[in-house]
Amino acid sequence: MEHQHKEHALLAEDFNANEPRVNWHDETLWWIRQKRDKIAWSIPEWEELRETASRIKHNVLGNLHDYLLEFERKAQENGAIVHWAANADEHNKIVLQLLQEQGVKRMVKSKSMLTEECHLNPYLAEHGIEVVDTDLGERIVQLAKEPPSHIVLPCIHKKKEEIGELFHEHLGTPAGNADPKFLTAAARQHLRKEFIQSRVAITGVNFAVAETGEMVVCTNEGNADMGAHLADVHIACMGIEKIIPQRKHLGVFLRLLARSATGQPITTYSSHFRSPKAGQQLHIVLVDNGRSRQLGREDFRNSLKCIRCGACMNTCPVYRRSGGHSYHNAIAGPIGAILAPNLDMKEYADLPFASTLCGSCSNVCPVKIDIHQQLYKWRQVITQEGHAKKTKAAGMHAMNIVLSKPGLYKTAGGVGRWVMRTFPAVVNNGMNPWFKQREMPAPPKQSFADWYKKNRPE
Amino acid sequence: MKVGLFIPCYIDQFYPQVGIATLSLLEKLGCDVVYPQGQTCCGQPMANSGFEHLTHGCNELFVNHFENFDYIVAPSGSCVLHIKDHLHVDGKEQAATHIRQRIYELAEFLTDVLKVDNLKAKFPHKVGIHQACHGQRGLGLAQMSELVAAPFSKPQQLLNMVEGLELIELKRSDECCGFGGTFCVFEEAVSVKMGKDRIADHVNNGAEYITGNDVSCLMHLEGILRRQNSNVKVLHIAEILNSI
Repeated sequence: MEHQHKEHALLAEDFNANEPRVNWHDETLWWIRQKRDKIAWSIPEWEELRETASRIKHNVLGNLHDYLLEFERKAQENGAIVHWAANADEHNKIVLQLLQEQGVKRMVKSKSMLTEECHLNPYLAEHGIEVVDTDLGERIVQLAKEPPSHIVLPCIHKKKEEIGELFHEHLGTPAGNADPKFLTAAARQHLRKEFIQSRVAITGVNFAVAETGEMVVCTNEGNADMGAHLADVHIACMGIEKIIPQRKHLGVFLRLLARSATGQPITTYSSHFRSPKAGQQLHIVLVDNGRSRQLGREDFRNSLKCIRCGACMNTCPVYRRSGGHSYHNAIAGPIGAILAPNLDMKEYADLPFASTLCGSCSNVCPVKIDIHQQLYKWRQVITQEGHAKKTKAAGMHAMNIVLSKPGLYKTAGGVGRWVMRTFPAVVNNGMNPWFKQREMPAPPKQSFADWYKKNRPE
Repeated sequence: MKVGLFIPCYIDQFYPQVGIATLSLLEKLGCDVVYPQGQTCCGQPMANSGFEHLTHGCNELFVNHFENFDYIVAPSGSCVLHIKDHLHVDGKEQAATHIRQRIYELAEFLTDVLKVDNLKAKFPHKVGIHQACHGQRGLGLAQMSELVAAPFSKPQQLLNMVEGLELIELKRSDECCGFGGTFCVFEEAVSVKMGKDRIADHVNNGAEYITGNDVSCLMHLEGILRRQNSNVKVLHIAEILNSI
């Protein structure tokens, strides 16, 4: 990211300025978490399924090199053209060149978090090419000139009234109409024109099967299919970790993905793209962008198992009460907080701390990523690499000195409690973030150690 | 059975009554309990803030104080989990390993080691259990709502032995309260909002008391309750199990 952001804590504080909105955001996502629970409980072997998925991905990460080459070979045999991009910049250049070869100035794109990660839309805009996002939620945030706030539900932070206003302004729907059915129909009309006119379509990839060279794209709206089938050129952009070894493994992942994401048994469309139809070009862009580096970080390697279901966001009590934009990264929430520091440790040094380490994320993760343990480990790495604030470091050093010396701890505790009892204003003031919305604990006259000495003499 | 009593720093300083209730309960149940003087902290506040490399001093103190006990028991799931996951001392690894394997949170010590099946305790009130995350998801004190697995709860098993006590049902059985160590000050806005929401769930379901296995969460919830001038009180599970 080129610009400096406020940190998560401050962005979250801004979000919390409107408490009813926080309640609404929290309840909406909790409802999705409950839908996920309900459908998970309908499958007795749910935990076994998670374990299986985790192990398949473990195998993929251990043999990624071979699987990628196998996938490339098969895809080429199928008639696709495979491109390799080491980073976001290379990815963007490859896509731009393909678009320039076609001479297009406007094209459609279905949901792809990878292209968000690479900031493809602004890059193409700089080169005079307009991208029309065709996932309804993504189109909404695009019209609002905002990034998605959630990887599965990009406009989950927007109320229907706000969407009505946006559509009134951009699509000419009547002012004040916020009926979801009506607005969806309006978006459908608007997007249909784009689909018909677009000669190039970009899609993301959910799963790429090494054995067959095919890709599977999961959507609820069929927008990836509309784009890819109508266009002369289909460009599929994928991170290199999207590989699965065999087609049969889809039987595990497709069962987990939508159940974890939205509580649906399966996405409405699970489309397999294998060979370009006559006269069409199929390009596949395989993107690394830090993934090899993450693969080399033993403690964080498992984060590459992620299938982008968003379950960790829906369950995260912090995400639900701070909103996706507070993570200032394409991927928000717990998974974003363990992926982002790999991309830019300084820029995202705040994210692993935006968690209570409650562990709910790891429990819902369909591929069993130890998310909260990785958050803890990133905290250590970030501090060791010198990205902790000086004031915080000073506080921690002082705390350590007191806690490492029993005599000093006893004296400091006694004095501290005496000060709190005698001059409460020393701690009960605006400088103390605890006191802002909470009372301090009442300081007792004697500590437990004091009591024990008196009551259990040796 | 020689039990070393670990009373975490903030309990020692601010909630001595929880330490007293824990000690008294263990003694009532026939344990030979010693509180080693000079103990301070498990080191978690530094470690969770990214400063685990500073915790050598705390680790050494901990091993020195607790290496000679059959069991180490503490009224805090969070501190126990930290010791279990992170206690290491150069040159004393055997002692550290002994402690990591022999440290128990109070409730699990009662249910799993002492195998307590009845208690002479009375607490005629409506009580809500706050499942502290580190105890629940870290130590496995109770089943977690995210998993498709049979339910169980060690704290509930014990509270069910208390005469007159009525447990209330919550809308969200195991959501985090937002304390989170230094998270409670560095992410003050979200921390307090999470605490307020937890409290509302207990209050809306008729709780007179909120109890749990971690004083840290309860301290955070108590701070908010007192600011709200609420009549709802917090008590550590030891205080309820020890009440007559």
